[in-house]
Amino acid sequence: MEQRLANSLIMTVNEKKFIESALLSDIRVDGRRPFDYRNLTIRFGSEDGSSEVQLGQTQVIGFVTGQLTQPYRDRPNEGAFSIYTEFSPMADLSFEPGRPGESAIELGRIVDRGLRESRAVDMESLCVIAGKLVWSIRIDLHIIDNGGNLVDAANIAALAALSTYRRPECTLGGEDGQEVIVHPPDVREPLPLILHHFPVAVTFGFIGKENTVVIDPTHYEESVMGGSMTATLNTNGDVCAIQKAGGDGVLQSVIMQCLRIASVKAGDITSKIKNAVESYNTQRSLKKIKRHNPDQHHSSDVAKNHMERLTVGSDQSVTGSQFNEPDTTNKRNSTLKSFSGGPASWDPYSKGVDGDELRTSLASRVAPVDKQKEESSQVNPETKSSPKSSDTNSLASINKVGSEIKQSKTLKDAVKPKHKRRNKSNAK
Amino acid sequence: MEFVSPEGLRLDGRRPMEMRQLRAELGAVSRADGSAIFEMGNTKVIAAVYGPREVQHRGQQLNDKALIRCEYTMANFSTGDRMRRPKGDRRSTEISLVIRQTMEACIMTHLMPHSQIDIFVQVLQADGGTRSACINAATLALADAGIPMCDLVTSCSAGYLNTTPLLDLNYVEDSAGGPDVTVGILPKLDKVTLLQMDAKLPMDIFENVMQLATEGCKAVANYIREVLMENTKQLENRRGV
Repeated sequence: MEQRLANSLIMTVNEKKFIESALLSDIRVDGRRPFDYRNLTIRFGSEDGSSEVQLGQTQVIGFVTGQLTQPYRDRPNEGAFSIYTEFSPMADLSFEPGRPGESAIELGRIVDRGLRESRAVDMESLCVIAGKLVWSIRIDLHIIDNGGNLVDAANIAALAALSTYRRPECTLGGEDGQEVIVHPPDVREPLPLILHHFPVAVTFGFIGKENTVVIDPTHYEESVMGGSMTATLNTNGDVCAIQKAGGDGVLQSVIMQCLRIASVKAGDITSKIKNAVESYNTQRSLKKIKRHNPDQHHSSDVAKNHMERLTVGSDQSVTGSQFNEPDTTNKRNSTLKSFSGGPASWDPYSKGVDGDELRTSLASRVAPVDKQKEESSQVNPETKSSPKSSDTNSLASINKVGSEIKQSKTLKDAVKPKHKRRNKSNAK
Repeated sequence: MEFVSPEGLRLDGRRPMEMRQLRAELGAVSRADGSAIFEMGNTKVIAAVYGPREVQHRGQQLNDKALIRCEYTMANFSTGDRMRRPKGDRRSTEISLVIRQTMEACIMTHLMPHSQIDIFVQVLQADGGTRSACINAATLALADAGIPMCDLVTSCSAGYLNTTPLLDLNYVEDSAGGPDVTVGILPKLDKVTLLQMDAKLPMDIFENVMQLATEGCKAVANYIREVLMENTKQLENRRGV
């Protein structure tokens, strides 16, 4: 079974004749014209460097990971990358689990040739220490559903995954500058890969004795076609790779015509990929803003504004700044409410620092602090210094509040971890 | 590094449009139904064909056509440094697939249903252009075995270095990182069956390089026809015709 094309179905003679004769009148079985692509959807996973591409009924998942390795001996200052394909048996009846078959290897090599030889991925930027440590990028392509034309979909998945992958930043440190420190993503922002251009694969099928050319064949058309050609092009007008592995012979003029059509289609697909990647990047940066922890500085600002509002009535010297501050307090309050990050997102046992709660707890502590403030305000007419002195007090109060909240939780926590430890020791 | 000198000579003294020396020999493997050795410069390849014969695995039998199997291997001593090559490595599998599909295009498989044709190709010396040499050797071996074909398949490679299209690259020129275009054609029908390219090339330059490779294929086809004519004359002599 390995001998046949993995995409071949057993089709009746009638079905084959139907497809061929329909093509004589420029009609394809799914209603497309000969040079139309199917619908392309590109989605991204939750992690950087994972993509899911759907081209008609074909679905491919791409995943990019990186690790530090030794470079090749003949290329000491270049990174490495490798492509692994897996034709999952759920995608098609003829795919078998285990070692990749012929078509899986061919697909891997076509995608590899398009990216490697045309120098689409910048390898030299992946070098950390020349001759010793480089980044090795691994691209995994999983075929989920075989609806025909796996090469194009897999290529798009690889490009989309490479565009959104971020590798951790690493710096040289240590005594002699030879030690490599890899910074985790929350300490330093991970870096994207440098892609010089996007090599897009476009597959043509040659069907019938008259060699009718169709673009993006479905799996029915693939079982009927006599030959196929995959052209990998970029938008700069370069041909990056061509694979026509035997099959029916075609005239040279037909090949050049196919290449011209392919360059137009490559432009379309490249713009679609770029749009999808851009929207993913904007979403990602929005998430980054919300994810910031409410550090002491932030909460002290909150406290400062609350204190100022509370002291407005008591201290007349604040009225001058009253007009300035309410705007910022409103802004800060609104950001507080819309801010969905904070400890609630990473600490499952905390309710987070609630603004209202803070205010009520601070109000209860306002009385002793107020007296101190009035004295200091008389000495210093500046309103900004008084919030500072109240700041430290409010800081302390917030800390007390926070610790109280935490203390009330840790009593329960104290019980659970012990159980966990016992379970672990029992398991051991 | 300079691949074409200012006088227009390449590293091995050839002109840019010049092919390497071709040499072919039929009947090298006596046990096989058909065999051939093909040399393109320093690249030497041996091909053996067994068939048409009974299908070995009944499950793989095709009811309307002959089953074609192909295996491409490189001998351990074929390259400069002796390397133990794993049998099923990716490059060998891909080239086996490519050669099989190329030969399938020209063999009249519908004349031999329920049968199997095996093509074994081994590279003895590798100096660039092994794929092309393998296809040429396979064509000769199939002709030697008397298997019906609609046309010969010949193949040649071409590249583009120092802004010059070069025909029939050797190993040094191939590993320079420039583009490498391998073309396989059916000479009488003037149709392209095999076309493989790697590394970037602008489209108009690609057309020139492909044209050059096609010319090279036609030159190989002429040589193969001469060899086959010579062989047929010898067979006639032995039969006393």
